[in-house]
Amino acid sequence: MRKVGILLLGLGFAAVTLAAMAGRAAAQGPAPSDDEVNAVAKQLYCPVCENIPLDVCPTQACAQWRETIRLKLADGWSEQQIKDYFVEQYGARVLATPPAEGLNWLVYVLPPVAFLAGAFLLFRALRSWRHAAAAAPSAPAAPTSSDDPYVRRLEDELRRGG
Amino acid sequence: MTETQEHAAPATAPRRHLGVVLVWVAVLGLLAIVGVGLIRTQQGPAGVGSKPNPFTLRAFDGVEYNTADLVGQVVVINFWASWCKPCEQEADELEQAYQQFKDQGVVFLGVNYVDTEPEAKAYLERFGITYPNGPDLGTRISQAFRIRGVPETYILAPDGRLAHVKIGPYTSLDEIAQAIQTVQAP
Repeated sequence: MRKVGILLLGLGFAAVTLAAMAGRAAAQGPAPSDDEVNAVAKQLYCPVCENIPLDVCPTQACAQWRETIRLKLADGWSEQQIKDYFVEQYGARVLATPPAEGLNWLVYVLPPVAFLAGAFLLFRALRSWRHAAAAAPSAPAAPTSSDDPYVRRLEDELRRGG
Repeated sequence: MTETQEHAAPATAPRRHLGVVLVWVAVLGLLAIVGVGLIRTQQGPAGVGSKPNPFTLRAFDGVEYNTADLVGQVVVINFWASWCKPCEQEADELEQAYQQFKDQGVVFLGVNYVDTEPEAKAYLERFGITYPNGPDLGTRISQAFRIRGVPETYILAPDGRLAHVKIGPYTSLDEIAQAIQTVQAP
């Protein structure tokens, strides 16, 4: 009976220890690697330094922001949640790809429209050049001696002289 | 020219003209957008005499401050960041000025510019700053004042108009006091 009691106590202690370790593991999660952090950081721009992606920005402030990304990833935040957080904190300008809202949609529409318009104009120009070349009248034939009175007269004088 | 050709020529001419007009409208519209953007970037910070739109600052302790509710008081708005070395030069003086003027109806608000909260709070604790400070969410407040960097300080007169602008750190407590007293004077 006493041995059963000791056995049960030992099993209970082991169960509690295992449960505590499992809880700790679930709370902490694996630490995000630098690659995982930079995968998010390269989609963001330094809010202070112009045109420098967050993954390559060397300043102390950028290191702090990358650390913020690391902490959010460790807490289980998704990439989109982290980006939304940065937009809320620092504005939409931190995004490498501007959101398609307001005048920003012009960034997505104008380049392909301009390309297509240019291609269309080039096609029209080439076609008109080809038609112009085809429609150009052929050069007039050289006048023969029977056509041109001046040539006839010249030939007559040469015959008389020769 | 045959009758068919006579009918075809007038039909294509207005279509071509419409296309040209549309292209010019698009080009001029784009130029207008670019022009507005360039004008905005060349504007410089908010100027003395202007009346900035009211804004709400949610301090790190959760309390909200709306400048519309502070009309009738002198409001000192200081933009700073924990990563800003020049900001450290004026941190002590700003706190001293706050202690000196807080019973005279002068409100100090610190706007934390593109910073991280742990570092910002550490900065406040390091310099013993006790007046309200909060993050500039979405950089809306700094955009309203068109700041170019930190630190910058803007002092609103009791009527809500901008009465004093300081670009860069204050060099002494006397400089801050003089600026506030100038705004306080009728």
